[in-house]
Amino acid sequence: MGRKILLDKINIPGIKTYEVYRANGGYASVEKALKTLTPDEVTEEVKTSGLRGRGGAGFPMGLKWSFIDKKSGKPRHLVCNADESEPGTFKDRFLMEYIPHLLIEGMITSSYALGANLSYIYIRGEYMWVYKILEKAIKEAYAAGWLGKNILGTDFSLDLHVHCGAGAYICGEETALIESLEGKRGNPRIKPPFPAVSGLWANPTVVNNVESISAVPWIVMNSGEEYAKIGIGRSTGTKLISASGHIKNPGVYEIELGLSVEEFMNSDEYLGGMMNERPLKALVPGGSSVPILPANLIYKTAAGEDRLMTYESLSDGGFATGSMLGSGGFIVYNDTACIVRNTWNFSRFYHHESCGQCTPCREGTGWLEKVLHRIEHGHGRMEDIDLLWDIQSKIEGNTICPLGDAASWPVAAAIRHFREEFEYHIRFPERIKNRDHFVNEPFEKVRNLV
Amino acid sequence: MKVTIDGQEIEVEPGTTILQAARMIGGDLVPPAMCYYSKLKGSGGKCRCCLVEVSKGSDADPRPMPKLMASCVTGCMDGMEVNSTASPRVEEARKSVTEFLLINHPLDCPVCDQAGECDLQNLSFQHGKSETRFIEEKRTFEPEDIGDKIQLHMNRCILCQRCVQVADQLTDGRVHGVMNRGDHAQISTCISTAIDNEFSGNMIDVCPVGALTDKTFRFKSRVWFNKPYNAHRNCDKCCGKTTVWMFGDEIQRVTARKDEYHEVEDFICNTCRFDKKDVKDWVIEGPRKFEKFSVINRNKYAIHPPKVEIQTEDQILLGREQDMKKISMVDVPLKTNGNSKS
Repeated sequence: MGRKILLDKINIPGIKTYEVYRANGGYASVEKALKTLTPDEVTEEVKTSGLRGRGGAGFPMGLKWSFIDKKSGKPRHLVCNADESEPGTFKDRFLMEYIPHLLIEGMITSSYALGANLSYIYIRGEYMWVYKILEKAIKEAYAAGWLGKNILGTDFSLDLHVHCGAGAYICGEETALIESLEGKRGNPRIKPPFPAVSGLWANPTVVNNVESISAVPWIVMNSGEEYAKIGIGRSTGTKLISASGHIKNPGVYEIELGLSVEEFMNSDEYLGGMMNERPLKALVPGGSSVPILPANLIYKTAAGEDRLMTYESLSDGGFATGSMLGSGGFIVYNDTACIVRNTWNFSRFYHHESCGQCTPCREGTGWLEKVLHRIEHGHGRMEDIDLLWDIQSKIEGNTICPLGDAASWPVAAAIRHFREEFEYHIRFPERIKNRDHFVNEPFEKVRNLV
Repeated sequence: MKVTIDGQEIEVEPGTTILQAARMIGGDLVPPAMCYYSKLKGSGGKCRCCLVEVSKGSDADPRPMPKLMASCVTGCMDGMEVNSTASPRVEEARKSVTEFLLINHPLDCPVCDQAGECDLQNLSFQHGKSETRFIEEKRTFEPEDIGDKIQLHMNRCILCQRCVQVADQLTDGRVHGVMNRGDHAQISTCISTAIDNEFSGNMIDVCPVGALTDKTFRFKSRVWFNKPYNAHRNCDKCCGKTTVWMFGDEIQRVTARKDEYHEVEDFICNTCRFDKKDVKDWVIEGPRKFEKFSVINRNKYAIHPPKVEIQTEDQILLGREQDMKKISMVDVPLKTNGNSKS
């Protein structure tokens, strides 16, 4: 049984409410930080903990905090990125829905470390009911004196607001989120300047994921060193994984980083193995934007080592034979899944969510979607596979924000590992007319046809 | 600060972007720019045509930048080395951006008023292919009427957003902007409002393609049949310095004066642009010069036809006689059919 940091109190009845949360040791980190630590000491603790951003990129959080411009004298802001819209990821919703005060506690402690007196939680438009839960929790925190002027009698004041977006994936990109928060169209900004220098209303701003901020209270209470003991190498601490797909027990799990993928997939404590005992076909380990892995590369890396749930091990082998931990959207496919249809589905998502600001992403995502739609519906041509490869390689790296990369990686990986399946779709259009075409006749059975 | 672009060194002020430095050097190494406009704040970075390779970051940090950088928004650093046309990676990226820009473009240059002075046309001549790999249906928009002076062709738009910045920075009360997302993003007014203010006509000048054109000039002439002259008049709203496009003695169109990068020298008002179409309104200064390869130079007054020299009057007269004979065919016996008696 791994250690639980974020979800250890999740089963206490009524933990949603302030009274129960407080009675179970809640808001202790705020007391400790405000009364005994300086802001720099809190930052230092987070740095030693080695906590990496849980939103997907995995950038060390302490380092990000230390970039914030404290000399300019401008007001500083902390913005919590709760615009969790990556297909396959639902961990932040779980945290905010069941233990909202943990996030608020983290926001207070982190704002104290950064010297921010006005902080925001930017939540996606589709999470309206979670927004209401957070609003209620913030009201309770204000009433109990954890937010507002002179918290706990110190000279630290903090106002915390929840802002509801209008439901755009692109607003999960930090500069687009800031634009949206300012009331503008959610288009990513051109960097530099980075938000740490000029962010919200041109003030120094730090944008962090919900899960990253929720880990701060534990780090403050138990020291960064203690946190760094969990995990392996540069992947420290615990991570929430939102597991979905053809598995026995889908849901949100908190794991210690360094757990092997095989154990996570098959032990009864976690996913409990494949649904209906069908064979494993593919895995997307970190949300829809990361490359898909074929069955032979899931449990072992290309070098023959065990694949672990860490940032390093999952990306072992680069994109040729590896993937990424990303945001932890763990999607498992059995042999009845159609990779082409899945790739088309992802592409359709990125086509729909591209902001339309820069050319390669705006035009390229639409083109990818149209070509994949054609292949999936039996009108493909053999040269389309090379065309797809060419389009994705021309989007990647040429865009303003990482959405272009995120749109091209799943297509690239699907073609790299499952090219035969694309060829099957093109050569046998009449066989794939049925939507569940692989259910009765999995691809492994008909592979010889290609 | 010293910057090297394609092996050519130049001294620049701090805060200069790579594109500006390249324009100071001039010549072939200047990256194409579809969305950057030096007179508009916040423009640039969107079209990705001006991508360059930074092979050396600066003297202080000599590491190369891993990604291609948009030269219009990347500032120069001391000792920076940049590859523009010298790099095959950059060439490849420009080709791909051109392809992306053209897949949903209607390619209706034969009926487009912008043809001949279109940045996208120039870009495709330089970096485009003669054939397309795009066999899907192009995305299209419903036509929208934005007033009696400006014609909006949304299908041709490349979403550079220059016109939005013009409205933001030159006029009060912007009524148009970008609606929707992704490849269905469109320039539009909310619920079909007419764009009507004193400087709105500048949207036409800044548009790099034929998405915004002059309704008073619509289908009147191809730009290379017009004769552009620099002209000015006393205007109380703007500088009054314009280029008038003549056909015979008629002024068909008035635009601002554009430099070699197709950026206006000064913005002009709508009165000058749309209402003053009489030669008496203007003081004509002289012909407007265009860059060497511009198709506008092909119009009649710039190139003189070679003189035909004929030796003597006799030969003329001889030739005339011959012609008359040929035309009247006096030496040719009359062909008759069988029924004729003559």
